[in-house]
Amino acid sequence: MVVHTRSLLEIKGIKKSFNQNHVLKGIDLDVKAGEVHVLLGENGAGKSTLIKILTGAYQKDAGEIYWEGNLVHLNNPVDSMTLGIATIYQELNVIPELKVYENIFLGRELKHGGKMSLLNRRAMRKEAERCLELLGQDPKLADEQLGKLGIGQQQLVEIAKAIALDAKLIIMDEPTSSLSAQEVEQLYKVVEELRKKGIGIIFISHRLEEIRHLGDRITILRDGFKIATLPVKTTETDLWIELMVGRSLDEKFPKQSFNLGKEGFRVENLVVAGTNEPVDFSVRYGEIVGISGLVGAGRTELARAIFGVDQHKGGKVFIDGQEIRIKSPRDAINAGIAFITEDRKSEGLLLDMTLDFNMAIANMDKFKGNTGLLDLKAMRREAVNYVKELKIRPGNIELHSRNLSGGNQQKVVIAKWLCTQAKVFIFDEPTRGIDVGAKVEVYRLMNQLVENGSIVIMISSDLPEILGMCDRVLVMSEGKLTADLPIREASQERIMKAATGG
Amino acid sequence: MSQVQVVTKSETELPKDKNTFKKVISKLGPLLALIILVVILSSLSDKFLTVNNLMNIASQSSINALLGIGMLLAILTAGIDLSVGAILAVSIMIMGIVTVNMHMNPIIGIIVCLGVGTFFGWINGILLTKLHLPHPFISTLGTQFIGRGIALIVTAAAPIAGFPLMIQFAGNQFVGPIPVSFLLVIVVYVIFHIFLTRTKTGRYIYAIGGNPEAARLSGIKVDRVLMIVYSLSGLMAGLAGLVMVGRVNSAFPLAGLNYESDAIAAVIIGGASFFGGVGTVSGTLIGALTIAVLRNGLNLLNVSADSQMAVIGIVIIAAVYVDVIRQRRAKKK
Repeated sequence: MVVHTRSLLEIKGIKKSFNQNHVLKGIDLDVKAGEVHVLLGENGAGKSTLIKILTGAYQKDAGEIYWEGNLVHLNNPVDSMTLGIATIYQELNVIPELKVYENIFLGRELKHGGKMSLLNRRAMRKEAERCLELLGQDPKLADEQLGKLGIGQQQLVEIAKAIALDAKLIIMDEPTSSLSAQEVEQLYKVVEELRKKGIGIIFISHRLEEIRHLGDRITILRDGFKIATLPVKTTETDLWIELMVGRSLDEKFPKQSFNLGKEGFRVENLVVAGTNEPVDFSVRYGEIVGISGLVGAGRTELARAIFGVDQHKGGKVFIDGQEIRIKSPRDAINAGIAFITEDRKSEGLLLDMTLDFNMAIANMDKFKGNTGLLDLKAMRREAVNYVKELKIRPGNIELHSRNLSGGNQQKVVIAKWLCTQAKVFIFDEPTRGIDVGAKVEVYRLMNQLVENGSIVIMISSDLPEILGMCDRVLVMSEGKLTADLPIREASQERIMKAATGG
Repeated sequence: MSQVQVVTKSETELPKDKNTFKKVISKLGPLLALIILVVILSSLSDKFLTVNNLMNIASQSSINALLGIGMLLAILTAGIDLSVGAILAVSIMIMGIVTVNMHMNPIIGIIVCLGVGTFFGWINGILLTKLHLPHPFISTLGTQFIGRGIALIVTAAAPIAGFPLMIQFAGNQFVGPIPVSFLLVIVVYVIFHIFLTRTKTGRYIYAIGGNPEAARLSGIKVDRVLMIVYSLSGLMAGLAGLVMVGRVNSAFPLAGLNYESDAIAAVIIGGASFFGGVGTVSGTLIGALTIAVLRNGLNLLNVSADSQMAVIGIVIIAAVYVDVIRQRRAKKK
């Protein structure tokens, strides 16, 4: 590999505040051509703001930005794009109804001649094919309708779009957070291709193994300060975490073991819509059971079927040996089941509603006074208690949940289910997109739930998390359970093997 | 858990002051506009700020206020009810047939009027929740035509006059200087305020408008709540019809034509969001009063009915634009 020493992008002393709130307090960063530069920091450390300044969405208050050695001003997104900075956001910016090549050329379509001439579809298709090939993809993809592709491939289309735009620096904001294991592998390969081509990459991720695997250098942000820039290969993961949270995390997975009790939850012959395979499993008191598998293996569908969200064929659900009939989420909640969904924003939260309302929504009956009207004060009191108990920050219950960070939003969702006095907690990817510190808090909360006699089931694609927190792991593949392993017999390899049906 | 807590304590209290200030402003927003309007009109016309005229306004606003409160419910769920004007018409026509043509007891007439309104609202709910029409814009547009058609068919387009006094009571009587219709509005608004802020179903209406999927997964029977919302909107249309019959002492098939526009305008001027989840009862009342004040003031100033339309249009657009700016600011924060 060619050694690139010249900096592609160099920023010095970037500051930014909103009103009195100082978000960036002097950030330095340099990215070299052909380098994967990782940005690591807890939610709220200033990563997003920094990225928005680089893409021209926000204006910096102070500091300088150099592009290939020249001082530049990024006054709007077009300035940034013209330089050759492209961003792949967590939420993809694609139009599912259009074809792949149309997406790649969206807004700058090639034409046969002047402004009023017709589109040159052939040229666009050809160029799109070239970009896809550069990424090691099948060029035939160019003619597919984008919406029919998986999330991973849609993301690759966005990267292809960046290449078509001659991007020299690509910013990837948690690109793997919603990808399956195979898609992640594919993305890694693409990143490798980009690196070889001398494209600089700013890579934002909370997944430490991934950072270790991909990164060249890592810059750690905390509370708006740059704490350190380190070479990835020669530094310890623990050091990164320590620098990120400002103290050492005693452990990433605070697993506590409890005595196994009797069976508390059982699912029999449940056939999830879309498959013909009945699913059976049970969970005992005192254990955390993980459900692993590839994205699309039917884990979320299973949880939704148990919770009465989707129709399912046959099957019985038992709590403490008593069969419960669930036809709707209301039935499930009344029976004591809580379902912490994968997608906080679209399925868990009322984003433009206050925290107390968000927490009370699943169990309004709890706040009915003697008159039959809701006791709003009791509702607020309860919310304040949860804010304290779960250390939700900022702790003003009048705030709308939209204004909280991912980790704190997750705590609000958990508070909602604590408020229903649920007995069975089904967590679906509970730590996706939240920072290390908040993750540990969620794990501790699971421990607490188990200790207090709740049943905890965790669906997760994060294998270290499954291995670190669960007592037993169920593996799903194509709608059926393919393994049920005590955690001491489980390993990443065994789980992956069962997950791929091998 | 304390070991991993990294956020500073000061953040807990920080946003409070600004927030309440902003809240006051955004709550005052529509009221401020109304006050300014009143000040301007009273300086332009000495007839404006008289008890007589104000009571006039109160009475003129009442039909729209009643339709508006039903509309508010629909809009809170991110829906709409385009059929209220037509439901009003069909309710009063059938009441007319029952009480005037068939000489039934006026109490039965009132029950029929409210019942027909509720029934049509219920149909709107069924179309939305059971037939899964994609948006209430479509289902209520359909029932708007159906309702109007029925209103015309039942008497072959002839009006019905000569209602018993008891039916006219709500529309043409006064308690002291205050029109009964406006007292009715106050009572209805107080009930709806309590309903929306202090009951489970009321809060669910906001939740559904804010995020229907999250609402469903929180155990809310979304369909049931929507049925209630559209039925109540129909009920309010029937009630508004009762007031209308009292005022003009007749029921005619084209009554309430285009009233849905005024009702939507009242809700939107009152600060509700078209995307659901945001809106208040008091705001809607202010919205309805604003429109009535505007109409009344323009009348006093001898502005033609045609020009009035244009002015009201401008006010609606201005009000929504202010809301757009407010939301954009809120998002940036």
